[in-house]
Amino acid sequence: MGIRLLTNLVRFAVTYVIATVAVFFFMRAIPGDPAQIALGVNASPELLAKTRAEFGTDRPLIVQYFDWALGLPAGNFGTSYVTRQDISPLIIDRVQVSLILVVLAMLVALLIAVPFGTYAAVKHRNPSGIIISGVSQLGVAIPNFLAGILLVVVFAVGLGWLPANGWTPPGEDFGDFLARVFLPVLALASVQGAILTRYVRSAVMEVMSEDYLRTARSKGLGKLESLVKHGLRNASIPVLTVTSVQLAALIIGAVVIERVFVIPGLGSMLLDAVGNRDLLTVQSVVMVLVAITLIINLVVDVLYTILDPRIRKGA
Amino acid sequence: MAKHAEAATLLEVKNLSIGTKTRTLVSDFNLSMAPGDRVGLIGESGSGKSITTSALMGLLPEGVTAQGSIQLAGYGGNLVEASDRELQKIRGKDMAMVFQEPLTALNPLMKVGPQVAEIMSSHKTVPSKAAARARAVQMLESVKLPDPERAARSYPHQLSGGQRQRAMLAMALANNPGLLLCDEPTTALDVTVQRQVLDLILESVTERGTGLLFITHDLSVVANVCDRVLVMNNGRVVEEGSTEEVFSNPQHPYTRGLLAASDLDATDAQGRLFTVASAAAYVPPSVREEPAPAERVPEEPVAAPPEPATVGEAEPAAQGEPSENPVISVADLHRIYPVSRSTLFGKPSEVHALRGVSFEVAAGQRFGVVGESGSGKSTLLRILAGLDQPSSGSVQVAGNQVSGAKERDLLQLRQQLQIVFQDPMGSLDPRMRVRDIIAEPLLAPGQKVDSAKLRKQVAEMLGAVGLPADAAERFPHQFSGGQRQRISIARALICEPRVLVADEPVSALDVSVRAQVLNLLSDLVDDYQLTLVFVSHDLGVVRYICDNVVVMNEGQIVESGTTEQIYENPQHEYTRTLVNSSMSLQNELALR
Repeated sequence: MGIRLLTNLVRFAVTYVIATVAVFFFMRAIPGDPAQIALGVNASPELLAKTRAEFGTDRPLIVQYFDWALGLPAGNFGTSYVTRQDISPLIIDRVQVSLILVVLAMLVALLIAVPFGTYAAVKHRNPSGIIISGVSQLGVAIPNFLAGILLVVVFAVGLGWLPANGWTPPGEDFGDFLARVFLPVLALASVQGAILTRYVRSAVMEVMSEDYLRTARSKGLGKLESLVKHGLRNASIPVLTVTSVQLAALIIGAVVIERVFVIPGLGSMLLDAVGNRDLLTVQSVVMVLVAITLIINLVVDVLYTILDPRIRKGA
Repeated sequence: MAKHAEAATLLEVKNLSIGTKTRTLVSDFNLSMAPGDRVGLIGESGSGKSITTSALMGLLPEGVTAQGSIQLAGYGGNLVEASDRELQKIRGKDMAMVFQEPLTALNPLMKVGPQVAEIMSSHKTVPSKAAARARAVQMLESVKLPDPERAARSYPHQLSGGQRQRAMLAMALANNPGLLLCDEPTTALDVTVQRQVLDLILESVTERGTGLLFITHDLSVVANVCDRVLVMNNGRVVEEGSTEEVFSNPQHPYTRGLLAASDLDATDAQGRLFTVASAAAYVPPSVREEPAPAERVPEEPVAAPPEPATVGEAEPAAQGEPSENPVISVADLHRIYPVSRSTLFGKPSEVHALRGVSFEVAAGQRFGVVGESGSGKSTLLRILAGLDQPSSGSVQVAGNQVSGAKERDLLQLRQQLQIVFQDPMGSLDPRMRVRDIIAEPLLAPGQKVDSAKLRKQVAEMLGAVGLPADAAERFPHQFSGGQRQRISIARALICEPRVLVADEPVSALDVSVRAQVLNLLSDLVDDYQLTLVFVSHDLGVVRYICDNVVVMNEGQIVESGTTEQIYENPQHEYTRTLVNSSMSLQNELALR
């Protein structure tokens, strides 16, 4: 177990380094001089040269790369060529917002998906199970921005119960934070919940046909009892895989919801940076996303080991 | 024991019918068992034997219902009409079940001890959780698991197949049920382990006075374990009686056919195995005469190879010829597999699948490779077929050097050596028509074929394996297991190979079909002058079809020789265990 974790940590580091190389040099392959972009087409050559020296883009690429990559572990992303601001505090701010939004949404999605998916599997021949299955199919088909807009229309505009948009950090005013985070989380979670419900349903149905569930029944356990005691942990393994993939996708996928609800998240930061051709910000945000994805994988691998004794090494 | 001795009847099943809305699966099933009775329920796949036991346990799948009456000692009413809540109190307490595949029947994420303890704590037959845990270890000890404490702390995947089945038995017997249902409990186990587990089951039920209902397709197993048998066919009991009676004097043609087909020691006038069709001429082994093994020895040479011509001559020829020109020659073959990913600081752990295997197979020989799971026989086969590369050593097949060969160099080999696989369903592409499946080996890259000729060849092959010509247009799922295996054989033979490798070709088949496929293989090997390499765990089958055998254990050949040498006078310790553990109908009846 310890060796497995250590191996994974090293793999994490190596993957991260490879990602920095890929991201940095791909970004440089895009035509366009940052100094030119910052100053506009009519800038004089002298000013351009001065600005290049200021940005450090007159140095060899390899020097620029190390300068940037070595700063990353310390959280030092550099200064934006476009806004001339330090990127680091901005990113840290945005990451917090995105993580809160996405983790909350995923938790709510699981709270929806596990009971409903299990119920739909157990009752897969009954009308109630089929209805859940159908509704979840519908949920998969609805894009989450549409769900978001509908929620705003009903709860914010129509009923006036909740604010339509904006963001308050939880440390500042927790009540206001909850009020503002409720609708976007619901918008994200309803769609994720629908997707996960389908996965939970098929995982539980798979488990229900397993021999060991028949064994449990032959021991005298009831239908639900045997499913809870022997089935759910087995079913959780494939669900965990899907959840981790969805979680990584959601962090950037939340960008549309961030736009709808005017939330200053990582997704909108990336989109703005791309629009402004803000090279350094784009590559910094991408690296943060890579790190988050890798950390999710690391955590999931540890969870697998806890859930499934067959994976434990030397066991 | 005293607990079960009081009641006169343990189980009384009357007019049990099982079916779906549209189909009857079992009709008019009757069974009466006294405490301690050992009853065998025999039948082939689809006979309704497993669904009958599910009905007894009240665990029929959704959409399947039962009518009739099931009375079990200790419960007043009719089990067919009992609610699931009432049945829950009976299941695992008054009757318990052992299933076929112990790996999948145990929860992979739960330790064995708690799984055994659960059956006691859920029925509250023990005062506390701690008592259940202690009792579970005792139960594991009573089924003779070495180090029961450790077994209790193990997960199922950490135990061997036999140990897992012991744990299943410990679980089933934990509440000392009056009735134990065993559904093919040893079918998934190795030969040597099968014998041990059967002995254990027999011992456990005799000791406790437990009634045993034993479901199996294997008649020799029934002869070993049961006093009374019921023979099921197409959802009906066609014959019932004491084991001796039914096996020595079968009344129903189906029973006779089943007996004849399972008896690999007996052959008809042409030296072929009996099939259900030719069973009328079959004489069951007489129990009263108690034929000592020695008496039957002289008959064996007649029984073993079907062609009389090959009996005396093939052997010396096989020994003389091959040294100059063997079809297969394997020298000092090693294969080492990594079994895990390498970690950062450690090399992956390795498994020696083959350790220095050498042998030669002469042209026209029928060469048997016998071994249990993990013996390396599958690895050997994969290397012979060029599907895997050895770690060291040399392999020549029909003039092709296999070891170190590149994929494109193996084209020639693939034309010369063809394989028939074990699972006739999994090895045929379900979306291809039989015509295309059979013709595929001819479509090797770089070869031009004209489709009219191809069609003719496919039709010829279908005829040769005894399938109708219109089979060509159909899909694999439209055939039975035996027919699918015939398709596999046709596919293997269409490119006229010199060597046919059969990997457990009949172990997935029903007994009556097994005899037909073995006869067919035997005929085709003669007709096409093939060299046959026959890989199997079933000694009876190998004995019938092969004239030379190697016995493999832990990646090594422990013994080799002619079939009769190996079976009649095994030299190696392991071979002796293997031969003694394998069950033949005659021996089991004689041993009763």
